[in-house]
Amino acid sequence: MLCESILDTIGNTPLVRLRKLSPKPEVGVYAKLEGHNPTGSVKDRIALFMIRAGEASGELTPDKIVLEPTSGNTGISLAMVCRAKGYRLICVLPDNVTPEREALLKAFGAEVVYAENAMSTNDAVFMAQQMLAEDPDRYYMPYQYGNENNPRAHYETTGPEILRDLPETDVFVAGLGTGGSLTGTGRYLKEHKPGIKIIAAVPHPGDLVQGLRAIEEGFIPPVLDESVLDGRIVVDSLSSFAMTKEVMEKEAIFVGISAGAVLRVAVRIAERMDKGNVVALLADGGWKYLSTELWSRDYELAPEETQGTIWW
Amino acid sequence: MAVEVRVTANMQKHLGGLKSVQADGTTVRDVLDDIERQYPGFRDMVMTEGSLHRFVNVYLNDEDVRFLQQLDTKLSEGDVVSVLPALAGG
Repeated sequence: MLCESILDTIGNTPLVRLRKLSPKPEVGVYAKLEGHNPTGSVKDRIALFMIRAGEASGELTPDKIVLEPTSGNTGISLAMVCRAKGYRLICVLPDNVTPEREALLKAFGAEVVYAENAMSTNDAVFMAQQMLAEDPDRYYMPYQYGNENNPRAHYETTGPEILRDLPETDVFVAGLGTGGSLTGTGRYLKEHKPGIKIIAAVPHPGDLVQGLRAIEEGFIPPVLDESVLDGRIVVDSLSSFAMTKEVMEKEAIFVGISAGAVLRVAVRIAERMDKGNVVALLADGGWKYLSTELWSRDYELAPEETQGTIWW
Repeated sequence: MAVEVRVTANMQKHLGGLKSVQADGTTVRDVLDDIERQYPGFRDMVMTEGSLHRFVNVYLNDEDVRFLQQLDTKLSEGDVVSVLPALAGG
């Protein structure tokens, strides 16, 4: 594979059959390994689409600073794309992300601002919006939660890749963060494969909601099209951890915590099917979660540590 | 039909500080009505104009009832109903 730029290595990730995790031989469980993208997460796809769209519309010019609220992966992907293209980037983070994320952001040259007293990504969103409102000419905010190029990236790349590699896909499972991968991939799959089911895996919010003072402070990303979904299943942190370890033990696949949650849902759905194929979109590799020591210790002993940290 | 209803920390003040309560009912709607009788004001927090508040997701065991039969979703003895706020990631 000869590439002209690191940006040309985004996408076309492998779809790997998980034979030992499949509950029965007639049902295939497949993992689309987004950790194979250049910064190790699915977000490289949307970062490239959003920055290119900003350039194409004229909103993003070389004098602007790119500004984005993110719990990590999107920031790292934007940092890579911005460095490759020569833009300055400021990321607004909630203050409970894993240390690997800040280190990676800085390695790629991004500047990091922590949202004050932020327990969730929601708070980072509000802070970034304030910064933009105070100085609108200084910044260009891709705003992954409301940018149509987020689902479009998946409509144009992730969806076609899945049907190209496995035309017999019956169910697609992905994590619900911004809703971009579910909305974009789901739309493409439904248009081209009637009857396919799209299932969202969501993290149990646990104690993360302590910073949420009222229900009205909840947040549904504008890019999420709930009409594409056929189901939404919540997964608690311990179950996500358990499956993240299990896929390493059984299949030698090293993925992040949200991928464990998505796999948990995929296997559950596979158990209910008589035959067919389930594709699970695994958003990132395990590298950014090594500090949790998930793979090297008995995490069941410390469930309280699994609360209050953002895993996706 | 007795089921357990769990809420997250931000809603506990509406349930007398409890993380979970027992409620009776054959559907999700019945159960929310029963909690309203026990803790007046709870229903207004999770529902508006007869349907679930858009920032609230109600799960039967681990499945969102919006994709089952919504508030008419039938319950079985021993089910766990979780009332969770909508949050984003990314």
